Amino acid sequence: MSSSPPDRRPMGRPVAPLLQAAPLALVLLLFFVFPLLATAVVSLWNYTEYSLVPDVTSRNYVEMFEGCSNLGEGLCTTFRTYLSTLRLCAMVWAFTTLFGFAISYFLAFHIRSDTMRMALFLVCTAPFLTSNVIRMISWLPLLGREGVVNQFLVASGLVDQPQDWLLFSDFSVVLAFVHLYTLFVTVPVFNSMMRIDRRLLEAAQDAGASGWQTLWHVVIPLTKPGLVIGSIFVIVLVMGDFVTIGVMGGQQIASIGKIIQVQMSYLQFPAAAAQAVVLLGLVLLVIAVMTKLIDIRREL
Amino acid sequence: MDKPIRAGRRQLLQGAAGLAAGLAAPAVHAQGAVTLRYVGTAVNQHAGIKEKVRQDLGITLEYIPVTSDDVVRRAVTQPNSLDILDAEYWMLKKIIPSGNLMGMDANRIKLVGEISTVFTKGEVAGKKIGDQGTAPIKVSYMPARDAKTFATGQTQWLTLIPTTYNADTLGIRPDRVGRPIESWAELLNPEFKGKASILNIPSIGIMDAAMAVEAMGRHKYADKGNMTRAEIDLTMRVLTEAKRAGQFRAFWKDFNESVNLMASGETVIQSMWSPAVTAVRSRGIPCTYQPLKEGYRAWAAGFGLPKTLSGRKLDASYEFINWFLSGWAGAFLNRQGYYSAVLSTAQKSMEAYEWDFWMMGKPAAQDIKAPDGTVMEKAGSVRDGGSFDARMGAVACWNAVMDENDYMVRKWNEFIAA
Repeated sequence: MSSSPPDRRPMGRPVAPLLQAAPLALVLLLFFVFPLLATAVVSLWNYTEYSLVPDVTSRNYVEMFEGCSNLGEGLCTTFRTYLSTLRLCAMVWAFTTLFGFAISYFLAFHIRSDTMRMALFLVCTAPFLTSNVIRMISWLPLLGREGVVNQFLVASGLVDQPQDWLLFSDFSVVLAFVHLYTLFVTVPVFNSMMRIDRRLLEAAQDAGASGWQTLWHVVIPLTKPGLVIGSIFVIVLVMGDFVTIGVMGGQQIASIGKIIQVQMSYLQFPAAAAQAVVLLGLVLLVIAVMTKLIDIRREL
Repeated sequence: MDKPIRAGRRQLLQGAAGLAAGLAAPAVHAQGAVTLRYVGTAVNQHAGIKEKVRQDLGITLEYIPVTSDDVVRRAVTQPNSLDILDAEYWMLKKIIPSGNLMGMDANRIKLVGEISTVFTKGEVAGKKIGDQGTAPIKVSYMPARDAKTFATGQTQWLTLIPTTYNADTLGIRPDRVGRPIESWAELLNPEFKGKASILNIPSIGIMDAAMAVEAMGRHKYADKGNMTRAEIDLTMRVLTEAKRAGQFRAFWKDFNESVNLMASGETVIQSMWSPAVTAVRSRGIPCTYQPLKEGYRAWAAGFGLPKTLSGRKLDASYEFINWFLSGWAGAFLNRQGYYSAVLSTAQKSMEAYEWDFWMMGKPAAQDIKAPDGTVMEKAGSVRDGGSFDARMGAVACWNAVMDENDYMVRKWNEFIAA
C-alpha cells in the first residue's frame, strides 16, 4: 500500500480504547486511588479518644518523629522500628532470593523433562494450599523450649540445655518468612529462566565460559526481571507485616505494621494513617530505585 | 478483653439445644418475632443462652462477635449497626462522650435493687474495694437519659447493666516455680528470666506492670489506672530494663497464645485470664491462678443500649436484659468461673455444691463439670483465691482508659521497639 488509510477521527483519539480501559480505571480509582487519598487526608486530621476531628494538623507527623532529631539519646521509636523492620526485610530478602534462585535454576536447567518439571513445580506450590497462618504457627511446637528440635539437640548431646534463641527471636521470624515467601521469588524467577534461549547457554559454553561465568554473565542478567518482581513481592509483604513478626517474635520485635495495628485498636486512626503514608512512601522509594536499576517493562 | 471461643463446647451445646428446640413447640409470640443484633466479644455469646432466650422470650439474638477493640469502634462509629452492646466498663470512657448510648431507665429493670454492690456502691460484703482505674462505680450512672457524662452518685439512668466480672491475677506453673509466690513483684524477679510474660495490650499490660512496680517498692501510684506522664515514663522504664535484661520470653495478645506459652513451658509466670488457667489445667498440666497479697486487677462487662433504639426493639432489649438477670444466665456464667450481676437469682439456678465451690470457696463436694459434661475440677479441689468475698473483696484496681492514653500508647510502642 502506498499510502496509509485516512484517519476517520483526525480531531481526537478513538473512543473505543478509552471505553475498554474504563472499567479497570474505574475499579482502580474506586478501590485503590480513593482509599489512598483518604488515608493521606486522614493523616492530617486531629483525633480524640472517641472521635476524629477533620482538620489540617501536623500533629501526627510531629508525634511520629518526636525526639528523632536528638540522636544523642539513642534512636527514637520510629527510627528504631524502621531499622528493625528494614533489618528483618534485608535478611528475608537475601535468603528468599538465594533459595528462590537456586530452586528455579534447578527446575529450569537441571530437570530435562517438561512433565517432571511441571510436577516438581506443583510440588513447590503444594504447601500454599494450606493457610499461611497455619504454616507459620506449626513452627511453634517445633522450635519451643520443650519442642522437637530442642529435644533432639539435647538428646543427641549437641547442646547441654534447650536453646532459647530458636523461638521468639530474629531467627524464628526470618525462618517463618523464608518459609512463607520463597515461592513468591521462585515463580517469577522460574518464569524468567524458562524464557532464556537455551542456545545462549550453549554458545557461552562453546565460547569457553565456565559454569560460573555462564551463570554470572548469561543467566543472572536474563533473570533480573524475575528477581526484581520477586524482590518487590517480598519487600512489600515483609515491610507491612505484623502477624508473622508478632507470633514468631513473641510480640517483642518492633515492626511498623504492629505500630499501625496498635494505633488502630486505640481509635487513633489519623496517627495510624500518618504511619501508613510514611511507610508507603518508603516502600515506593525502594521499588522506584529497584525499577530504575532494571527496567522491568523492557526486559519483559 | 478477648475471651475464648470454645468451639467444642459450643457445638455440643448447639446440638443439644437444637434437639431441645425440636421437641418444644416453636414459641410463637403475639407481638411478632424480634431479632436483636448483639455486638460483643465472644465471652457471653453462648449458643446455649441464645437458644434459651428464643424459647423463653421468643426473641432471636443475632450474635456479632468482634474483638474488644472493635466493640469500642462499633459503638463510636456505627451505633446503628447494633441493638445490644456487650461492652466492658473501661470502654465507657470512650463511648459515653460520643453520646451513642442511652441511659437505661432503672425503673424498667426489675432486679435493679439486687445488682451486686460491686457496681452500686463499690463494696463487697460491706467493705470498700479498690477503685483505682475505671471502677464500675465511677461510670455506672448518668445524670440524664441523653447525657454524655457520668453521674457521681446513683441515679435513675444506668450506662450498662452488668453481666460478668472477675478478678485477674498472675498464672503460675507451681511445678516449675517450686516455691510459694505471694507478690506481683515476682513477675519481674530475675529468677524467672526468660520465663515471664505479660500481655501486649497496652492499657492492661501497663497495669500489670504497675502492680509489679508498686510491689517492688519502686513507686506508689495515686491511681494505677490513670497515671501521670511521669508515672508512665517510670513504669515503662522499669519494663524496658526488664525486657533488655531478657526477663520476658514473649508477650501475648490473645487467649490461646497465653495458654500455649504456659502449657508448653515457655513461661512459668505471666499475666493470665481465669479461663486460660482452666484451659491449661484441663490438659493435665498444673497451673495456678495465684492470689497475691497486693490484690487483683478486676474487669467488668455489661449490656448497653444505643440511643437510636426505640419501639418494639427497645422493649425487647429491656425484656432480654431482665431475663438475663433472672437467674438462668447468671448460673450459666458463674459455672465458668465468672461472676454474675444478680447473685441471689443465680444461686437459685445452681446446685448447692456448685454454689459452694464457685462462690463460697469451699472444697468441691463432687466433681465440678463444664456445661458439656467434662470434668473441670475434681471433687475436693478448691477454687484458686477462694470465695467471691475473698476474691472480689481484694480487688486493687480496674481495667482502665487513662487520661494520658495517647501518650501511654506511644510509650508502649517505644517499649516494644526497645
